Amino acid sequence: MYDSIIIGAGVIGANIARELARYDLKIAVLEKMSDVCEATSKGNSGIVHSGYDAKPGTLKAKYNLTGNQMMPELCRKLNIPFRQNGSLTIVFNQEKMAELEKLIERGIENGVSGLMILDRETTMKLEPNLNDAVVGSLYAPTAGIVDPFQLTIGPAEIAVQNGVKFFLSTEVTGLYKTKQGFLVKTNNGNFEALTVINAAGVFADDINNWISERKRLIRPRKGEYCLFDKEVGNLVEHTIFQLPSGVSKGVLVTPTAEGNLLIGPNSLPDNDKFDILTSAEGIQYVLDTAKKSVRNLPTNQIITGFAGLRASEKDGDFVLGEPEDVPGFFNALGIESPGLTAAPAIAVDLATWVAEYLRAQLKAEYIEKRVEYHRFADLSTQEKQELFKSDHDYGKVICRCELVTLAEIKNAIRRPLGATTLDGIKRRTRAGSGRCQGGFCSPRILEILSEELRKDIREIVKSSEKSTYLVGFDKDML
Amino acid sequence: MEYRDLVIIGAGPAGLAAAISAYEQGIRDILILERENFLGGILNQCVHNGFGLHTFHEELTGPEYASRYIDKLSDLKIEYMLETMVIDISEMRNVIAINEKRGVMEIQAGAIILAMGCRERPRGALNIPGSRPSGIYSAGTAQKFVNLDGYLPGREIVILGSGDIGLIMARRLTLEGVNVKMVLEILPYSSGLKRNIVQCLDDYDIPLKLSHTVTKIHGSERIEGVTVSQVDEDLMPIPGTETYVSCDALLLSVGLIPENELSRKANVTINPKTQGPIVNERLETSRPGIFACGNVLHVHDLVDYVSEEAALAGKNAADFIKNVSSEGLEVEIFAGDGVRYTVPNKVNPINVEKYLPVRFRVTKVFSQATVLVEFDNLPVHKKKKTIMTPGEMEQVFLPKSWFTERPFLRKITVRIEGDENA
Repeated sequence: MYDSIIIGAGVIGANIARELARYDLKIAVLEKMSDVCEATSKGNSGIVHSGYDAKPGTLKAKYNLTGNQMMPELCRKLNIPFRQNGSLTIVFNQEKMAELEKLIERGIENGVSGLMILDRETTMKLEPNLNDAVVGSLYAPTAGIVDPFQLTIGPAEIAVQNGVKFFLSTEVTGLYKTKQGFLVKTNNGNFEALTVINAAGVFADDINNWISERKRLIRPRKGEYCLFDKEVGNLVEHTIFQLPSGVSKGVLVTPTAEGNLLIGPNSLPDNDKFDILTSAEGIQYVLDTAKKSVRNLPTNQIITGFAGLRASEKDGDFVLGEPEDVPGFFNALGIESPGLTAAPAIAVDLATWVAEYLRAQLKAEYIEKRVEYHRFADLSTQEKQELFKSDHDYGKVICRCELVTLAEIKNAIRRPLGATTLDGIKRRTRAGSGRCQGGFCSPRILEILSEELRKDIREIVKSSEKSTYLVGFDKDML
Repeated sequence: MEYRDLVIIGAGPAGLAAAISAYEQGIRDILILERENFLGGILNQCVHNGFGLHTFHEELTGPEYASRYIDKLSDLKIEYMLETMVIDISEMRNVIAINEKRGVMEIQAGAIILAMGCRERPRGALNIPGSRPSGIYSAGTAQKFVNLDGYLPGREIVILGSGDIGLIMARRLTLEGVNVKMVLEILPYSSGLKRNIVQCLDDYDIPLKLSHTVTKIHGSERIEGVTVSQVDEDLMPIPGTETYVSCDALLLSVGLIPENELSRKANVTINPKTQGPIVNERLETSRPGIFACGNVLHVHDLVDYVSEEAALAGKNAADFIKNVSSEGLEVEIFAGDGVRYTVPNKVNPINVEKYLPVRFRVTKVFSQATVLVEFDNLPVHKKKKTIMTPGEMEQVFLPKSWFTERPFLRKITVRIEGDENA
């Protein structure tokens, strides 16, 4: 019997697990994919929104602001790439300048600080590559960019270090009330718990509806993106938005926390929950719209495209906490943008509510720091040499595009909740996420995974069980 | 920090030939830095034959071709370090490298030869819509799996792009019993060598579908198939021509990009057409004492030309180290109509020995067209060619005498004139 079961190991589930692990509780996280951060948390803009866009009074507005405020400290503590680069919301004709005033008012009401309107000259001075048609902008200095993978993996690791059990490849197939609490059925056996936290992303409505009469409906909206080579990662310094449409914040152009350039997303409503396909039309729309924001978009430097789903609930706001009819069952549902920003703040409240429900006490000892890891590429020559002295595997470069060493790959496999797949290695170390997209390093990483996990190389996968790389040996087919 | 007369980055065909040439010019303090754990670079995975026809007048496999240079290198006792990654070069030729034995090394070089080769364009560069399953490989990665590691990347394969590696892999996989269903080429002509189309596709009845491309990738975990569409003159898919082709792997052979990350760190000016450094007739980049040769300079179709070019870079680097001065005006070489780029981009006529080789690629397929070389807009050379394609490198040789006859020469243009297809 667990005190608490968290369904879903995306950025929400992982952050809740980290917060809840502060209490003296027996906790499990159930994740149907083979790793954490495998759905919406991996396919998004990686933006820490300032918070002027959300409707005042909504949960989105509240948690956006607190999440934004928590982010610098959290990222420093957990060694998560983050940069407070500020955002510019640009407009292309004088009449629209009035709308920026409205956004400022809304921002002030939401508690966002530092917002200001910039004229054309100042805007262009800050961002010389913006389109000439720009007439002015709204500057939000508290906006930032974060590595969404690390914002999930980091807290998940802390949870593990503090005793939370993660069950991967474990899909919840049923949820029932019992005398004491809940029975959670999965493909990997049954689990019992006093409380259940529903952080199941686009599937959170299904789980809620199994157990509560207060029905929820998630209608995913798909967004498509193009990611560019680091070579052009400095095309813009700030995150560039166009005026929000009311449904979404529109196509942005931004550097990423890791130094690439990212454009997207579009917004395709009523999307299938399993469909994260990119489309020619979608990518074209993203390119065309981004070209309105910046001049000379270097389309020949695109290294990959991807799509993600926003878990939009039909009422338009986050749904947090217990439905009236199911005490002990806590939702973190409908977490779409600004969900990534809000995740740490949502986690604190959810954990507090669950702990209060369980009358849990804080643990005497709680590990705050992640097991050490280094980004070799980011170090100075001297620091590199120091690190090399501690472990000669730092002298062996595996991913040449991102300069990732053997020591970092081994660390990614051996650390808490270590990587078992190529995507897992990629999200933890960046090996394979550079300009050759794994062309050179994937054969080597397959071998390292095979050695470290003591698995046949043919069984090493990209992410899910069937996403194998190698189908056999030479001569097998002769 | 240590000092070396000559540091060569990369021990593929270019680096090896450059080292040997520099040695023959009297340079002894040479260090080659290679990131893989073997010499010879990508030649090691090119187990097919066809190498060395120009240089050795016989057909060698890639490893055989490489071994000719590796043997020589070891005879000459030229020093090299394997599994050593160069992570930075400064304008002043300060090299920072790292390996497992010594950690971070700082080397001041008298001269540097860039010979890092090229890499393959990944899927993302094509923006093929659909899912992102496993089973999509660049052709070179697949070649490494099959030829060096002994693994099969798939059983039913579609190849997108008719670049030479794609064609070679079509045959190689067929010989392994893999069902190579088709090779797709978005252009109306193949970008590979004619001999490879005949020997790798025609001989094995593998269909080459010109003006076709992949418009969607299917399969959420491992690739299950692709949608293939015909394209129009603007390379846009024609609605209604879609067909579904099942496969468990897709190989991409869609172009090579010179690997100039290090060149950029050294502030070497890059030619946007070749994506390689701008060089003069000595193959010296915009940074004095930094030379470039092989596929890092521009993508070659034959390794023989790489070796030849690299030997020139080695000799010129040696001259630089020995402080051989070169005075006189530099003449610019322009890529005119129908020519995508030329290498070199500049020439100092004083340094031309017997002749100056100018290598170039055409912008499209030309038949019965003329290669025209102009000195200050006056034609000095005309040669009619039956067929020229962007896939095959062209070259013209400009004799020393043409330069001595024209002491005030300012500009050379290479262009294509006349075309039946036009």
